[in-house]
Amino acid sequence: MSWHREISGCGLSGIISRKRHLVPGEEIIRSIVHQEERGNMLGAGYAGYGIYPQFPDCYALHIMYDNEFCKEDTEEYIRAKFHVEHFEDIPTRRAPGIKDRPILFRYFVKPLAIHGEEMVPDDFVMETVMEINEKIDGAFVFSSGKNMGAFKGVGGPAEIADFFRIDEYSAHQWIAHTRFPTNTPGWWGGAHPFTLLDWAVVHNGEISSYGINRRYLEMFGYKCTLMTDTEVVAYLVDLLVRRHGLPLRMAAYALAAPFWKDIDRMGERERMLLTAMRMVYGSALLNGPFAVLIAWNGGMMGLNDRIKLRPLVAAVHGDRVYMASEESAIRAVCPEPDRVWAPKAGEPVIVPFDDTSDAWEVKGCRSL
Amino acid sequence: MSEPLIIDARDMYYRELNQIIRDKVREGVTHFRLLNVNGQRYIGAGLTREVFIEVFGVAGQDLGIFMKGPTIVVYNNAQDCVGNTMEGKKVVVHGMAGDVCGYGMRGGKLHILGDVGYRVGIHMKTYKDMVPVIIVGGKAGDFFGEYMAGGVLILLNLWDNDSRPMVGDYLATGMHGGTIYIRGEVAPYLMGKEVGQVEVTPEDEALLRDLLEDYCRDFSRYGLDPQEILNQPFTKLVPVSSRPYGKVYAY
Repeated sequence: MSWHREISGCGLSGIISRKRHLVPGEEIIRSIVHQEERGNMLGAGYAGYGIYPQFPDCYALHIMYDNEFCKEDTEEYIRAKFHVEHFEDIPTRRAPGIKDRPILFRYFVKPLAIHGEEMVPDDFVMETVMEINEKIDGAFVFSSGKNMGAFKGVGGPAEIADFFRIDEYSAHQWIAHTRFPTNTPGWWGGAHPFTLLDWAVVHNGEISSYGINRRYLEMFGYKCTLMTDTEVVAYLVDLLVRRHGLPLRMAAYALAAPFWKDIDRMGERERMLLTAMRMVYGSALLNGPFAVLIAWNGGMMGLNDRIKLRPLVAAVHGDRVYMASEESAIRAVCPEPDRVWAPKAGEPVIVPFDDTSDAWEVKGCRSL
Repeated sequence: MSEPLIIDARDMYYRELNQIIRDKVREGVTHFRLLNVNGQRYIGAGLTREVFIEVFGVAGQDLGIFMKGPTIVVYNNAQDCVGNTMEGKKVVVHGMAGDVCGYGMRGGKLHILGDVGYRVGIHMKTYKDMVPVIIVGGKAGDFFGEYMAGGVLILLNLWDNDSRPMVGDYLATGMHGGTIYIRGEVAPYLMGKEVGQVEVTPEDEALLRDLLEDYCRDFSRYGLDPQEILNQPFTKLVPVSSRPYGKVYAY
């Protein structure tokens, strides 16, 4: 584990095919590597959706182990709670620059029915992830969704892609990250994306409200064990959207709440709604500078902090939507987009998969 | 104009590109044409000679940073921090530009055809006869002219093709020098406390005409007419105090 501390600037990139055409891994690699300058080789990662069609109904647990002992403990724990349909080494290749790699395994699992107990499978998996990450020393689940997977580690985006053989996957959507750790260690579990179930988050910036968010999440059973602020974003969307049933747009109002002075200027219904949101979800507010991409099995969302302290650019081309820290990272894989814009601060760009309609309305866009 | 030196910047690392430009400027080349630029940073950084640089493609961060000699024309968009701490001459962008353009700019001109992002013109300043000018053809995000200490910032909203407001919140917050001209009316709630709206005088009009003629010449291919632009009234903003925070730490 290295404890570098340098000035900031991460890079992120996302590509989604709204009609679920496959996007080759090579494209997301090219886009994020184009922004390599924004990272310092102390962390990079990818998340791809639709990459495990052979096990669509299984939770794909990606786990990193420090040693064989914690691997044994974890596997014993998993076998007691899950039916393991398949498991294997996560395929890797020797990549120059990748050092101190953990043991990396993936398990395609289904929860075993627990006698006499009502069980929500997603909750069961979430509890398992928290349990392993908190209680088994040296074992970390870094991906736990269905038909998706995160791949991450210490290195630059090109090395990590090479190591995890990202070029051999194709996905309906990708998000990627190159890291420049500032306040927290550059270690394998601290690379982005941060995930829970099928949520995956890449982030540029700093969540100054981490302590508040973390304590709030603990009340709902989330344990922050990965020593990096971004972890809370993944758990907050799981809590707000999956468990509390908020639409994503409302969840974004909790994460990047409008300022009180702007709420005061709203009509009565809107003012009451947003006042209630700020009162109920005050502890879910993300303070500090951020640009995040949040992906799940239903699509992708880009979101900036309310005063735009980190860059985020979006573009549309046909059924594809791109988001990245820099426009050039989009043009590296899509030289002539139909439209390029800078999303407004605090207003999410929500891109759902849609197999039917051709048009997707771009809201709050800035373009020529 | 001299025959340009053509450089294909495709997949070229920014350091290599900028080293070539610096070396060639030293050898006496005065006209550059950069092809397939895509996000390379610091183009024109610190150059003092009067060279002409054409950029085809998207210019990266800090285009024209610290420079005082060159004229740079970008035939596409530019990313963040165009004209950062620039001292003189000109950057022309035939597209949109990102956040923090003209940060601490102290001279020269920045002509943007389309929209700009957040914090444009932040802390630009004037010294004696050095008066920086930024003209934005489209719309601007929040914090336009924040902490502005000098110079001229003009927002035109020429391509009003959507419902977004032409300028964002916190307009000119902390402004303590210089002048902002905005074509059209600005809702008072968007303005910072340190700024006030005053009447546009004949002297202002003469200045605007002079600056807009130059702007329209740079973008002549789009058929812009200074008189047509001037036909719509401008809002003029100036600081209400030269030291808005003079007492902040003096308790």
